[in-house]
Amino acid sequence: MACVSPDGKPTESGTKMLRALKSGLGSPEEIASHAGLPLFRVRSGLRDLTLAGLAVERLDRYEITDRGTALV
Amino acid sequence: MEELKEQVFRMPRIGETAPAFEAVTTHGVLKLDDFKGSWLILFSHPADFTPVCTTEFMAFAEIYPELRKRGVELLGLSVDSVSSHIAWVRNCQERTGVKIPFPIIADLNKEVASAYGMIHPGQSKTETVRCVFIIDPNQKIRTILYYPLTTGRNMDEILRIIDALQTTDKHGVATPANWRPGEKVVVPPPNTQEMAEERLQQGYECTDWYLCKKKL
Repeated sequence: MACVSPDGKPTESGTKMLRALKSGLGSPEEIASHAGLPLFRVRSGLRDLTLAGLAVERLDRYEITDRGTALV
Repeated sequence: MEELKEQVFRMPRIGETAPAFEAVTTHGVLKLDDFKGSWLILFSHPADFTPVCTTEFMAFAEIYPELRKRGVELLGLSVDSVSSHIAWVRNCQERTGVKIPFPIIADLNKEVASAYGMIHPGQSKTETVRCVFIIDPNQKIRTILYYPLTTGRNMDEILRIIDALQTTDKHGVATPANWRPGEKVVVPPPNTQEMAEERLQQGYECTDWYLCKKKL
């Protein structure tokens, strides 16, 4: 996974996305703008964070989980 | 009689929806859908750690900021592994100081290369030729370029095509031969005799009723 290292910790871009989620941003477009990352990286990264249990998707928006919050 | 085993792949064409894919890249697993809403240049190269490809990657990295200004993303592809791509990208940076900022697909099973007709057996049965697919924000293929293994691509022309396509979309015009941004564009030809007569009165620079240009 590009946003989560094999040891389960978020990478630099993963951390940026988790921080954006923690601040209440939820759409890939908002997160890309806030984190200064290309939109394609954010869409792919949010899939990774969701698979790792660090974010959840609800109605096309994303939220940080308790596990995600504990890492940033 | 020898059994014919050649597999025939349909090659995508201009105006068609770009074939969907999900692929391992140097920036993680990416889907074509991830690029929806942006222009995308999907390009293939024959192999990592080869001289012409290395010059091309330097050149693509050089125009990347200009492409980003135009809302365009770059995505490379070859049939090498992701480890090979990572090693090559790191080597390019160590040797030249140029960081490759865009992802590269590791298409080991040739799935994406086959879907896009990137392998031309007359050139090489194992490597992709130098293809460029320009895909618009609606994921339609707008331009296809093929270069042989021995000829590196022209970045000015790739930028020029992007400028021309975006000008066409924004203003509903065409662009003449060797057009550059800021030069006159071609007004679409009239469809009726009445429109042809009116066209000559509309203040355009007309060579004749079917060839009129204007400044934007």
